[in-house]
Amino acid sequence: MTAVLGWLCRGGVLGIFAFLIFGPLANLVLWAVAIQWYFPHKLPLTYGLRYWGEVFKPTSDAFASLGTSILIAVVTVLLCLVLAIPAGYALGRRSLPGRGLVLLIILLPQAFPSVAVYLNIARLFYMVGLNGTIAGVVLVHGVHGLVIAVWIAAAAFAAVDAELELAARNMGASALRTAITVTLPLAAPGLMAAAIFVFLESLDEFTGTYFVGVPDITTLPLMMFTASLAGNYQIAAITALMLLVPSIAFMLLIERFLNTEMLAKVG
Amino acid sequence: MSDRRPLSLLLVVPALAMVLALFVYPLGYSLVSAFTSRSGEPSLDNFVKTFDLYTTDIVFTVVIVAFSTMLIGIFAAAIGGYLVLGVHPAAVMFLRWLYRWPLFIPFIVAAQCMRTFLAKNGMLNNTLDTLGLVDVAGLSGLLDWRGIIVTFVWKETPFVALLVSGAMAALDRASIEAARNLGAGGMRILVEILMPQVTGVMTVGLVLAFVTMLSVLSVPIMISGGSPTMITVDMAFRVNSYSDYGVANALGFVSYLIAGSAAWVYIRRNVAGEGAP
Repeated sequence: MTAVLGWLCRGGVLGIFAFLIFGPLANLVLWAVAIQWYFPHKLPLTYGLRYWGEVFKPTSDAFASLGTSILIAVVTVLLCLVLAIPAGYALGRRSLPGRGLVLLIILLPQAFPSVAVYLNIARLFYMVGLNGTIAGVVLVHGVHGLVIAVWIAAAAFAAVDAELELAARNMGASALRTAITVTLPLAAPGLMAAAIFVFLESLDEFTGTYFVGVPDITTLPLMMFTASLAGNYQIAAITALMLLVPSIAFMLLIERFLNTEMLAKVG
Repeated sequence: MSDRRPLSLLLVVPALAMVLALFVYPLGYSLVSAFTSRSGEPSLDNFVKTFDLYTTDIVFTVVIVAFSTMLIGIFAAAIGGYLVLGVHPAAVMFLRWLYRWPLFIPFIVAAQCMRTFLAKNGMLNNTLDTLGLVDVAGLSGLLDWRGIIVTFVWKETPFVALLVSGAMAALDRASIEAARNLGAGGMRILVEILMPQVTGVMTVGLVLAFVTMLSVLSVPIMISGGSPTMITVDMAFRVNSYSDYGVANALGFVSYLIAGSAAWVYIRRNVAGEGAP
């Protein structure tokens, strides 16, 4: 009897929890496939994919913003990797004077509320003509992406077994050749994770783009924002789903990176 | 070894230059701008105007973010505790699978989800109505300060819970088993044995969540359009409507102070922790 009660209790709590986690997502999915839905009806009156056709029409704004978003995210990843690989190598593998200070400066963008910084970047970019350009948005995304990229890259390089490098050096390889043919491939999985992180962060970024991208750059999040405030809930829901799918796929994929031992070291 | 150091520095210079040019410089610029009047002289005019117009919003922001942080802490501790102490493998596995879903969902998508879920005619009210618990006609929806808090907690709890449960799982199980053998209940073990050992991780997670929530612009706009609102919205408004960078930056300075006070709590904790045996 107590066992049954216990399971009822557990099931109830977990059920409520599951509803709170999935309810908002389910509501979004419903809006994405609804054609007509208004108060006081609890469910959409008519379902269909008409709005999907509108969003994925090659001439639509949403389709164009998807292209812009992906272009910006790819360039941001390249920029971050080019900067983070040498920096991560130096921080994770070599002795560096003022290591703490360097790390502190690179981590700063994560430690400050960013809105005031963004609006001043926008003001500065305006003076040099970077406002409303892809390059401007990439730079803003890059600063934030760099935090995570350097952090992961440093951890990835620090985890490479120094004896393997030593073996390569003993066999006559130069320092540069060792770094490129031994250290870099061994750190590659970590760097890949960093790249995915930066890609997602750029794809999802809203606030910086909002200030720096106006009026010419519309990324997917900005498109979604405008559609939502204009009351186009179907368009907003479909664009939101396009942002949601990579986030959730990443969450499910990343489990092996987010293992307990790594997390125990934080803090 | 010392001859390698210049090369090491060379390797970090590009990344460092990027952060200095695109973060530290604008940050300094915002500080200077906050303390400069429109005529270009050093003054506190911007702050006088800021507190004149936005004191309510500043308090509103602090209360929302602080309250959300507290709820996130409680939920994260509960989830972490159950994952470590739960005795039913099926329930533990289900919870482990369940709680992570919002982890990487962007704020703007979370806001759009909640905008429909918490509305008067949203799924929350409709479900409660169908179950006969409330009458939807008499409800107003939660799209105000409560909606902002719900969105923040929904989005940020998984991150802190992930950190906390990781730290709890790494603890020595002997003390837990000992307490259990002596008859301590789950709640007591969580509060008296697990929590004191993971305060460091918990504080890091909560400070990061606190600063993140302080920087979100989309959620307050999309969840509650009206007044009072959060200061991020006010900053955007001052710039977009009046090109008033002075007041916007003064508000920015206030947000640094709020974030700084949270970080200070963290640092003080750490110093105290090192002093203790």
